[in-house]
Amino acid sequence: MANVTKGRISKIAGPVVVASGMKGSKMYDVVRVGKEELLGEIIQLRHDKAIIQVYEDTTGVRPKEPVYSTQKPLTIELGPGLIANIYDGIARPLADISKQSGDFIARGIALPALDRKKVWEFNPIVKKGQKVEQGQVLGTVKESEIIEHRILVPVGVRGEITNIKSGKMTVMDTAVTIKTKKGSKTVNLYQEWPVRMPRPFQKKLVPITPLVTGQRVFDTFFPVAKGGTAAIPGPFGSGKTVTQHSLAKWSDADVIVYVGCGERGNEMTEVLSDFPKLIDPKSGKPLMERTVLIANTSNMPVAAREASVYTGVTIAEYFRDMGYDSALMADSTSRWAEAMREIGARLEEMPGEEGYPAYLASRLAQFYERAGPVVTLNEKQGSVSIIGAVSPPGGDFSEPVTQNTLRMTKVFWALDAPLAYRRHFPAINWLTSYSLYTDELQKYFAKEVSKEYPVLRREAMALLQKEAELQEIVQLVGPDALPEEEKLVLFTSKSLKEDFLQQNAYHDVDAFCSLEKQYLMLKTIMGYYERAKEAIDRGVRVGKISSLKVNETVARMKENKDIDKNSKDILAEIEKELSKMEKESTMSMGVAKE
Amino acid sequence: MIREYTSVGEVTGPLMVVEKVENVAYGELVQVTTSLGEKRFGQVLEVSEDKAVVQLFEGTKGIDTKNTRVRFVGETMQLPVSEEMLGRVFSGRGSPIDDGPQIIAKQTLDINGSPINPFRRHHPEDFIQTGVSTIDLMNTLVRGQKLPIFSGAGLPHNQLAAQIARQATVLGKKESFAVVFAAMGITNEEALFFQNEFKRTGASERVVMFLNLADDPAIERIITPRIALTTAEYLAFEKGMHVLVILTDLTNYCEALREISAARNEVPGRRGYPGYMYTDLAMLYERAGKIKDRDGSITQIPILTLPDDDITHPIPDLTGYITEGQFVMSRDLHRKGIYPPVDVLPSLSRLMKNGIGDGKTADYHNNLSDQLYSSYAKGRELRDLVAVVGEESLDELDKLYLKLADAFEEKFVKQGLTKNRTIEKTLDLAWELVSMLPKTELKRIKTDYIEKYYKGSGEDEKGKLAGAIGTDVSTDVSMSSATLDVSLSQKGKKKRKVA
Repeated sequence: MANVTKGRISKIAGPVVVASGMKGSKMYDVVRVGKEELLGEIIQLRHDKAIIQVYEDTTGVRPKEPVYSTQKPLTIELGPGLIANIYDGIARPLADISKQSGDFIARGIALPALDRKKVWEFNPIVKKGQKVEQGQVLGTVKESEIIEHRILVPVGVRGEITNIKSGKMTVMDTAVTIKTKKGSKTVNLYQEWPVRMPRPFQKKLVPITPLVTGQRVFDTFFPVAKGGTAAIPGPFGSGKTVTQHSLAKWSDADVIVYVGCGERGNEMTEVLSDFPKLIDPKSGKPLMERTVLIANTSNMPVAAREASVYTGVTIAEYFRDMGYDSALMADSTSRWAEAMREIGARLEEMPGEEGYPAYLASRLAQFYERAGPVVTLNEKQGSVSIIGAVSPPGGDFSEPVTQNTLRMTKVFWALDAPLAYRRHFPAINWLTSYSLYTDELQKYFAKEVSKEYPVLRREAMALLQKEAELQEIVQLVGPDALPEEEKLVLFTSKSLKEDFLQQNAYHDVDAFCSLEKQYLMLKTIMGYYERAKEAIDRGVRVGKISSLKVNETVARMKENKDIDKNSKDILAEIEKELSKMEKESTMSMGVAKE
Repeated sequence: MIREYTSVGEVTGPLMVVEKVENVAYGELVQVTTSLGEKRFGQVLEVSEDKAVVQLFEGTKGIDTKNTRVRFVGETMQLPVSEEMLGRVFSGRGSPIDDGPQIIAKQTLDINGSPINPFRRHHPEDFIQTGVSTIDLMNTLVRGQKLPIFSGAGLPHNQLAAQIARQATVLGKKESFAVVFAAMGITNEEALFFQNEFKRTGASERVVMFLNLADDPAIERIITPRIALTTAEYLAFEKGMHVLVILTDLTNYCEALREISAARNEVPGRRGYPGYMYTDLAMLYERAGKIKDRDGSITQIPILTLPDDDITHPIPDLTGYITEGQFVMSRDLHRKGIYPPVDVLPSLSRLMKNGIGDGKTADYHNNLSDQLYSSYAKGRELRDLVAVVGEESLDELDKLYLKLADAFEEKFVKQGLTKNRTIEKTLDLAWELVSMLPKTELKRIKTDYIEKYYKGSGEDEKGKLAGAIGTDVSTDVSMSSATLDVSLSQKGKKKRKVA
């Protein structure tokens, strides 16, 4: 290693190592610790002492062993080869690690993120002699079936192209040479970027398009925008991971970055085995072809867990800069916060709330602020959406990570244990959840789906609110005491909950629900409600309505592939059955008895 | 190079500080000889240029600052392993306590293990039939899964764990299996129960036991599960066995963790437990699993007794975030005399859907389980309501749900200590239960399955049904499904269409 400062270890306590003789090193510089050259990062400096968090297990490391500084912050490689790959928290490819160290992860492995040998086909779109600006597209590489990888002029470089190659090359080959004011600059197919620094853009925009997730409860009731931020807090077993997986599978973003931060190993394996088999509804190609996975499971080193969310968001930003809509799913941000707490405690910092470091709020804020729709340096539009799962201890939402996250995110999807116990999935509580994008996005829905859609949404929501109030009365006096109209509210709410809000993530048809279908389903249920209200005025009892045959058809709408053709029939069937019942009840007027 | 020091400077709780040391490695194994010649083991927790903080597994009683000799062994804690360990009983730190010979090591392994590369994991998918209906149908255990039992003081979690160990089979396969049992701070009596249970069923030869009992040093509990899991990893991944690991009781393990943390003056997290407890527990639980291209597997059943039955306590809470589900024992069911008292509502198996379905159990398995879940949940809610407003104010349908909830507990959950139900029997029983409801209520089940398997017509003849369910509930458990069978199937199918 050229140009390094060399210090030596003076103290080791778990993942925190103190090294002396480090004068000249900068904060957040990456260092190599000990004889095994474990990867670490400087997180505090005191005179000539550097306090280092080590990304690998420090067992066996001894005082007085050497520490080398690379004089560079933690950077990752960005280029073709990221898609469909799986990395650890500091962007080392897990597949390559297994080639070196077998089924278990050994220490001190240094591997580049991108395959050095793989040959790509580079198609330049600029010519020799052309003047280029930072962030401009130099050419493209077909990285996967779905993603066309755009090679960008690195940030801070502008000038005239003096040489450009095309055709087959590896990421290490020089593709373009640019003459700049500071001399000639060569550009490879990949570039490096420090993960803790947001990538630049021209300006941020207001989110106005929804990120269609194919999940009814989200799209219809609590939509998130492309470039928006959402938090999913929930106790264990309430379906955070399944929800995150569904979002990663069905969201209409161009690129998905899925960060498994301190979670289960088997879950990442599931993503690895499922995604190549699942087909993206938009492109018809396997979902893996647009996905990047970061897996730093709970038993992998804690400091690398802290870095994993930054690694993930940097990759998402990189694709944004190409003009794509990328979405980052972080599961779970609580583990990230706990990693900060663990490191903080080892540094003997003064703890803030519940032992978390005082800078917890600002770190979370910085992270979520990296989301947003932007105009890129290249005048294109792109976005990064961030959806963070939160795992509050004991399911208590008043704890610091949830609260600080909610201050930053605009969408709150509250997972609820009682709903999960009832196998109501996704277990999103419709009364406590909210989305601040609703108003902005209604314009889109009204224009692209139907004018009625926002109205139906409002009415359905009001009905569910009303039901919650009625349930309290029922708890006191029983359901029989309610007047018929209110019984109908209970009946329709039940239908809304069971036939609309519940969605089976593992059902072939139901797993993904298009906006059109969501609208038609809602229209049917609410249409049924309106019609049933009239029937009640004409003397029909709710008890009778609840035993209609059409109820089953309504309940099975979610499994219906051709709802666009069938929805009219269903409404007609409702009309037929209700008017028949009306006739019966007028005939037996006065003696109507259940 | 072996270095011995007599420079113990400070002793607090389970820790001692050795001064003027040189070249000590973090995590190194330490051998201590007290002034009376007693030998103990420890591990380096923190080291600086001339000072090492050592945690002693057998406590610090008898350590002095003058004559105690401390020797740094130069390596991390290792465990000699061999297939000969099967059928043997060891202490909590791995020395034989059954009068048998020392183990001749085939291999020596670091007890901390290394994380399995997520890329090399094989997703667990083999259905394990435990013979317990609530588990097999609704919270299916899958090979390579980690699924804890959340219990409370005085509940029969040991019986359930023993029953699972005894009855667990993978259908249609005859493969070599082993049980690794790690006791952490449980009573002598509980340990004897397991020992006798294994002996009685003739499983002893396939069991490796590590016993750290209630009167053994608390700090030793830190290494007991690590030793057990290292043994399990050897048997599973080197020898190709399917290993079931029972860890009991994790609550005692966490107490020991807190003790060390407090002695080190660390900033405490919730309820005084250290902030790194999540990571520490993950290091144990994540050692379950299957690896691609290797035969064996490790399935973990850790047992936790929840302090004051509180599921939000940090120990079950952090555990639930790492493990792939949980079985939750209910005191209410236990009081009603129902064994096993598994409360299915908060219980969960996250890997269930991979282990069930066509070719494994039944194509409708998932539908049926979901249906039973939501119907039973509804019945339970109605029970609360009835307590306030009385049963009269319920409509007929709701009354059926109430009946279903009762029948579910008495016929399905309750099955007795020795009853081993096949999955077919369990599925059959479940169909009978859901068939108490009219077809229109079975929204979780595909129509085709309902047409094929629905028993009886539920809607009419309520009186008869209620009678059948209401009587003979308290008698023998083994006749459970037979009774239901007769009373329900006689009514014939699709007698009258609903509405």
